[in-house]
Amino acid sequence: MSQDKKVLQGKAHKFGHDINTDYIISGRYKFKTLDNEELARHLLEDLNPHFYEHLSPGDFIVAGENFGCGSSREQAPLAIKYARIGAVLAKSFARIFYRNALNVGLPIIQTDTENIEQGNELVVDLAKGKVFITKKNLSLAIKPFPSFVLDIIEAGGLTEYFKKYGGWKKNSV
Amino acid sequence: MGKTIAEKIFSSHSGRDVQAGDIVICELDFAMAQDGTAPLAIKAFDKMGKKEVFDGEKLAFFIDHNAPSPNKEVSSLHSLMRDFAKKQGIRLYDAGEGVCHQLVVEQGWVAAGDLVVGADSHTCTYGALNLFSTGVGSTDLAAVMASGKLWFRVPQSIKVSFEGELSTGVYAKDIALYLAGKIGARGAVYESIEFGGEVVQNLSVEARFTICNMAVEMGAKVGLIQGDEKTKKWLSEHSKKNFRFVEPDKDAQYKKVLEYEVSRLVPQVARPHTVDNVVSVEEVEGISIQQAFLGTCTNGRLEDLKIAASILKNRSIHPEVRFIVAPASRRIYLEAIKEGILKTLIEAGAVLVTPGCGCCVGTHNGVPSKGENVISTANRNFKGRMGNPDAFIYLASPATVAASAVEGKIADPRRYL
Repeated sequence: MSQDKKVLQGKAHKFGHDINTDYIISGRYKFKTLDNEELARHLLEDLNPHFYEHLSPGDFIVAGENFGCGSSREQAPLAIKYARIGAVLAKSFARIFYRNALNVGLPIIQTDTENIEQGNELVVDLAKGKVFITKKNLSLAIKPFPSFVLDIIEAGGLTEYFKKYGGWKKNSV
Repeated sequence: MGKTIAEKIFSSHSGRDVQAGDIVICELDFAMAQDGTAPLAIKAFDKMGKKEVFDGEKLAFFIDHNAPSPNKEVSSLHSLMRDFAKKQGIRLYDAGEGVCHQLVVEQGWVAAGDLVVGADSHTCTYGALNLFSTGVGSTDLAAVMASGKLWFRVPQSIKVSFEGELSTGVYAKDIALYLAGKIGARGAVYESIEFGGEVVQNLSVEARFTICNMAVEMGAKVGLIQGDEKTKKWLSEHSKKNFRFVEPDKDAQYKKVLEYEVSRLVPQVARPHTVDNVVSVEEVEGISIQQAFLGTCTNGRLEDLKIAASILKNRSIHPEVRFIVAPASRRIYLEAIKEGILKTLIEAGAVLVTPGCGCCVGTHNGVPSKGENVISTANRNFKGRMGNPDAFIYLASPATVAASAVEGKIADPRRYL
């Protein structure tokens, strides 16, 4: 979520509540490879067998509560990122997924996704903290991140954060 | 203001007086990763530009999710782990030694009062020994390997008490499933659950692991239990670490306090495809099954194998059922041989597989076929979990799984006890 990408635009792909990491990327694939492009091709395959083929770069995954529940696999946010999803929008995220997404630099947005429908065009303005549903002329507020987490986001993930600060940033909490 | 167990452990490990909602950076007492998460963690560690881990003696690696390796791609990831562990002085438990969460507690890596993370969501299991342990992803683990520290948001806590006395044929697993059914898959997201009450006090430490193991299925960060004489005995038998029990203050602040009277609880079953889709065994009795699985970090311990053996003694598995058994560790495997438990299970028709996670997580050792029903002692029944999105997984206690394996359909274990 670097400065030049503060406005994201794309189509919504809508899912329900409790989308678990087994659905996002099945254990059948995740243990075999560190090739994220390969994992991306199997994104959400068990829920929607041809999901990857229907994606355009920058599209959004939109879900309800507790997105990313289940296992700790970081391959889940990685598969989403490498499928070129612009961001995941959800009412809430499961805690390990939330951390993993921040750590690998996948934009996640907590907002009330109720009014977003399958196929809606969305504009996400990170600077303004708003999501716009173009067709409905409706805007949704994005729940802000704690300031500690912003440093990880600004760096582009925890690996880059560690590279930048050499470890945990002093006096950050 | 009084503190919960979680607030006390985060205070002692951050050097600050903290409460729920605070963000802290804490020193960790132990961290681990398994073969599904360690390779990415090693990659991230290298990318961070780090050369040496903070303390190899506070880390352990486990090859359990895909072990022994079923193909050359996995083999090369295992080699990556072995090379890194050797170079960094990290203890690596190789194929066949057991499921990571059993080994962590059995081999004494953790003790009461500790703060622990593991790159596996069921790290929450160790809370049964009165310590705070939670799952993280690979990059978080890389940061821990590099610095010995990690950031946390101190969680709010929920207090869950189980009162009464469990009936024959009803076990820790049934309580855990019952709770998942009651509060749902997001009933405790970001929170710490403190389990207590008469029933929990009367459970063995092994059975307490089963309950805490399932905490993450309700979204919780950890399941915690207060220390007592049983915990003390267990820790002194398994660990050389010093420990101190952490009790919540009487005026600790809880987000919710839930109390369940479970004396009349009957065996519980989670239906496909979510862990919180729970009903009593009576409602699903008679559904035909083609595979039964006994094992995992939830229910692969000696006590679990014993319960199954007591039902299967002088009985045979239904001819159209594959009954797969994976003891949770080599030590349990050996103990079960010594006690004649495995003889009973094998005579009944069980297929013994390597201690590990393969069958539960769908990598190998028992992938069901299209349209098949499986009854399992595991903690997850998501579509595709066991390797086939066209199979149906029911979750239950070892007793219910054993009884069902005999009948070839979901069965009430109380008839056999």
